[in-house]
Amino acid sequence: MLAFIVRRLIQSVVVMFFVAMLAFAMFRFVGDPVHQMVGIETSLEEREALRVKLGLRDPIYVQFARFVGNAATGEFGISYQHQRLVSDMIRERMPATLELSIISALFSLFVGVPMGVYTGLHRHGWLSKVFMTASLIGISLPTFLIGILLIFVFAVLLGWLPSFGRGEVVELGFWRTGLLTVSGLKALIMPAFTLGLFQLTLIMRLVRAEMLEVLRTDYIKFARARGLTNRAVNFGHALKNTLVPVITITGLQLGSIIAFAIITETVFQWPGMGLMFLQAIQNVDIPIMAAYLIMIAFFFVAINLIVDMLYYVVDPRLRVDVAKAHGHG
Amino acid sequence: MVEVPATQSRGPSASEPGLHSAPDPGARATGLWSRLRDSDVLYSFSRSPITITAAIVTALFILCAIFAPVVAPHNPFDMATIDLMDSSMPPAWMEGGDSRFLLGTDDQGRGILSTIIFGSRISLLIGFASVVLATVLGVGLGLLSGFVGGVVDAFIMRVAEIQLSFPVILTALLIDGVLRGVLQVEKSGELAYWILILSIGISNWVQFARTVRGSTMVERSKEYVQAAQVIGIRSSMIVLRHILPNVMGPVLVIATIQLAVAVLSEATLSFLGVGMPPTEPSLGTLIQIGNDYLFSGEWWMVIFPGSALAILVLAVNLLGDWLRDALNPRLR
Amino acid sequence: MVNPLLEVKNLRVEFPTRRGVLTAVDDVSLHINPGEVLGVVGESGAGKSMTGAAIIGLLEPPGQIAAGEILLEGRRIDNLPYEQMRRIRGREIGAIFQDPLTSLNPLYSVGQQLIETIQTHTEMTYAQARNRAVELLSEVGIPAPERRIDSYPHQFSGGMRQRVVIALALCVNPKLIIADEPTTALDVSIQAQIIALLKRLCREHGTAVMLVTHDMGVIAEAADRVAVMYSGRIAEIGPVRQVVQQPKHPYTVGLMGSIPIIDQGDERLTQIDGAMPRLTEIPSGCAFNPRCTQTIERCFTERPNLVQVGQSSVSCWHHDREKTDA
Repeated sequence: MLAFIVRRLIQSVVVMFFVAMLAFAMFRFVGDPVHQMVGIETSLEEREALRVKLGLRDPIYVQFARFVGNAATGEFGISYQHQRLVSDMIRERMPATLELSIISALFSLFVGVPMGVYTGLHRHGWLSKVFMTASLIGISLPTFLIGILLIFVFAVLLGWLPSFGRGEVVELGFWRTGLLTVSGLKALIMPAFTLGLFQLTLIMRLVRAEMLEVLRTDYIKFARARGLTNRAVNFGHALKNTLVPVITITGLQLGSIIAFAIITETVFQWPGMGLMFLQAIQNVDIPIMAAYLIMIAFFFVAINLIVDMLYYVVDPRLRVDVAKAHGHG
Repeated sequence: MVEVPATQSRGPSASEPGLHSAPDPGARATGLWSRLRDSDVLYSFSRSPITITAAIVTALFILCAIFAPVVAPHNPFDMATIDLMDSSMPPAWMEGGDSRFLLGTDDQGRGILSTIIFGSRISLLIGFASVVLATVLGVGLGLLSGFVGGVVDAFIMRVAEIQLSFPVILTALLIDGVLRGVLQVEKSGELAYWILILSIGISNWVQFARTVRGSTMVERSKEYVQAAQVIGIRSSMIVLRHILPNVMGPVLVIATIQLAVAVLSEATLSFLGVGMPPTEPSLGTLIQIGNDYLFSGEWWMVIFPGSALAILVLAVNLLGDWLRDALNPRLR
Repeated sequence: MVNPLLEVKNLRVEFPTRRGVLTAVDDVSLHINPGEVLGVVGESGAGKSMTGAAIIGLLEPPGQIAAGEILLEGRRIDNLPYEQMRRIRGREIGAIFQDPLTSLNPLYSVGQQLIETIQTHTEMTYAQARNRAVELLSEVGIPAPERRIDSYPHQFSGGMRQRVVIALALCVNPKLIIADEPTTALDVSIQAQIIALLKRLCREHGTAVMLVTHDMGVIAEAADRVAVMYSGRIAEIGPVRQVVQQPKHPYTVGLMGSIPIIDQGDERLTQIDGAMPRLTEIPSGCAFNPRCTQTIERCFTERPNLVQVGQSSVSCWHHDREKTDA
C-alpha cells in the first residue's frame, strides 16, 4: 500500500513538473513581460533595469526554479491587464468556482447514479428508453447552448430565476459564499444544472453499462441462487461492484467540471476562476493563464490521488499485503 | 481505454479460414472495403432509419456548405446587399417579418438563414481541417510510437496520457491563448482559421495515436512484418504498405466521432469569443452574437443557429456511433 | 416406492432468437429421490445445465420454460412468482456453480456472504449466524475457520473457494443441491477431494444432489443414478452401475469407451466421431443419427421415445424394437 502511494505521488510530481515547465515556457516566452508592465515612454535603460530587477537576465534554470518556488507558495506574479497580484485574484474567485463545481458534481452524481441503476435494471422499460434518448441528445447539445436555452425560458420568458451573477453573497472569513442567501441559491440553480448535465449523462451511461456487465457475472447468479432478496442482490452486490469504475470516472469528471466551468461561467457571467481565465485568454494575460493552468493541474492530480485512495477503501483485493497472502496457491 | 481490436488484424497475412477469402493479391489495398463487406455495413445501414436520416442530414449540411454561395438567398459578406434598415427582423411568418428573410435577420441586417449556411461552411471547414491535422499527427505519432518503441514510445505515450487527463476544450483554449500571444495579432479573419485549426487539431491527436500504436504493435509482431524485415525491406515501406492499411478502419471511426467533437469545440471557442470574429461568423459566433439580443426577445438570432449546430453534431455523432458498431473494432 | 423429492415432467426450454426458436431442452422427464445423487452427463450444449437452471428458476432470458412441469415434493414450482421462488432458492434448493473463482462476490468477506445468506432464510441473530458460519466453514474443511471467516475470496485458493461455495449452498440445509460442473474449473488433484466432500456432506445432511457434469468418471464415483443427455434430450437414464457396465444407447456405449480403465492395460480409447449438432441444425429423427454406427431407416425419420429396458430407460429404436418385437 505504502509503495503504491509513493509510486502515485512520484507520478503526480512528474506530471506537475511537466505542467510547471509548460506554464513557465508560456510565462517566459510568450510576449514580453516587461513590455506588458511599462508604458510606451519608458526608456530602453529603464526597461533593461527592470529586466535585471525581475531576474529575467538570470540563467534560465534559475528563473525556472524561482518560478516553481513562487508557484508552490501560491505566488504567480502580477496580472498584465489588472495590475494586481494574480494570487489575490484567484483567492477572490476560487470560492465561486468551487461552490458551483461541487454542487454540480453532487447533482450529477445523485441524479446520474440512480438513473443509471434504473436503466441497468429495467433495460427494456419505456422510462429507460426515454432516459437513454435524452442522454444522447444531452451529449450532442453544447453546454453553452443549454445554458442559453435555460436563460431564455426561465429568466427571459418566465422571469423565475436570475440570468447572471451569483446573487447576494455572505463573507465567511476569506470565503465568500452564495449558499446562505435565497438569491444566492436561486442564482446557482441554472449554472449548476447546466454544468452538471453533461456529467450526469456520462455517469448514467457508465453506471448502466457497468450494471449490465455485473448483472451477468457468476457471483450475481450465485447470489440469486442463494435466495437473497432482489434488493440485496441489486444494491448490496451489483451496485457495490459497479462503484470502482464509477469512482474513477466521477473523480476525473470533477476535474473536468472545474474546467468546463469556464463555459458555464461565461454564459451566466458567474464571477469565478473560469471567467477570469477566459478574459485572460482574450487579453493574452499570461500570468493568469499560467496560474490557472497550474491550479487546474494541481486539482487534477490531487483528485487522482484521492480516487486511488478510494479504490483502496472499496476494493479489498487492493488491500492484499504480504503477511495475509498465505491463502494463495 | 482503447483496446487493440482483434478483428482489425486481418491483413495480407489473414489466416483465419473461411472468414473471407481474398484470392487477389490486391487484398491489402481493399482491406477496408472487404472489412466493410464482411461486417455487413451496407446491410446494417439500410436497416437503421435513424442512421439513414443522420447520413442525409450530414450530407445536406456538407452540400450546403460547399455550395453556400449558390444555395444561400443572400451573401452575408457582401456589404452592398446589406441594409441596416433590415436589422433585427423576426422570421417571415411572424408579425414584422419579411418574406426575403425566412428566419429573420441579425443586428446588422444579415439574413439568419444565409448566415447559418455560410456559418456551417466555416464550422465544417475548420472541423474537417482540424480532424485532418489531428489524424495526421495522431497516426504519425502512433505509428512511430508503436513501430520504434523504447524511449520514443514511452515519451509520446507519457505526453498523451498527461494531455488526455485534461479536457479537450481546456487544451484547445490554452493553445488558442498561447498562439494568439505568440502571433501578436488581433483577431484577423485569416489567422483566426489557422489558430482554431491548430488548437483543435493539436488537442485531439491522442485518441488516434493510442489506437494506432496498439494496432501497430500487434501488426509488428506478426510474422509477415518480421519476414519483410529479414529480407531487407525498409521500415518505412513496411509501415506504409503493410501496417497503415490495417489501422485505417478504426481511424475512420475515430475521425467521424472527432468531427463532431471538433465542430463542437470550434463553436465553443467562438462562443467564448476566442474563435471566429463577427465579421466572419461560424455557427458558434452566430450564437454568441445572438446571445446578446436574447434579453430583448430577439430569440431567432440564437435559436436557429443553435438548432443548426445541435442537429449537425447529433447527426455526425449518430453516424459515428453506427460506424463504430458496424465495423465493430471494439473501440471506445 | 418413496415419493420423489423432485419430479421433472416433459420439460421443454426454448430460446426465442432472431433466427427462430431454439429448443435447448426437449421433453425431459426425470425424478430425484430424497438423499439421492442423480448424475446428469453430456457434452456442452446437451441441455444439462439448462435443465438445472430451469429447476432452480434462473434461466437466463430470453430462455424460458415452454412446456412441462417441475414439482418439488409434489408442489409445482416452475410457475411460481419471483418472490416465492426466491424463498425456495437457497432454503430448499441450493446451487453450486462451475467456477468457484467467480461465484463469490470479491468485495465481501466469506463470512459476510455466509451470514447474509443464513439471515435471509432464518430468524437467527447476527451472532448466531456468525457461529453457524464458522461451523459450516469447519465442516467443509477450511482450517482455522474463526480466523478465515473474515478473509476475502481472493485470499483463498480455488479449491478452498469451492469449499466456501459448498458451505454457502448448504448453509440452511436445503433438501436438494444442483451442482453444475462443481469441479471442472479446479485442479485435477483437488477434484476428487471436492467430490468426496460433497458426497459426505450430502449423506450426513440427507441432501439430494443433481450433479451436472461432462465427466463420466465423476459420475461413476459419486452418483446413484445417471441421466445421459444428448441434444436436449435424455438418451439413457438408470442406476449408475447399470449404465456404466451395460450401456444401451449407442451414445452411452461411445461415452464409456472414452473412459480410460487402468486395469485393462494398453487397450485403446475409442472416440465418438463428429460433434454434437448445433441447436439450429438438429437432424430429423434421432439427433444422434449422424454419429451413430448402427443406424436403421427409422432413425432418420422418427424420434425415439424413452422406453424401459431392464432397470434403465433408453431412447433408441434398437431397444424400442427389441421390446416391441419381444
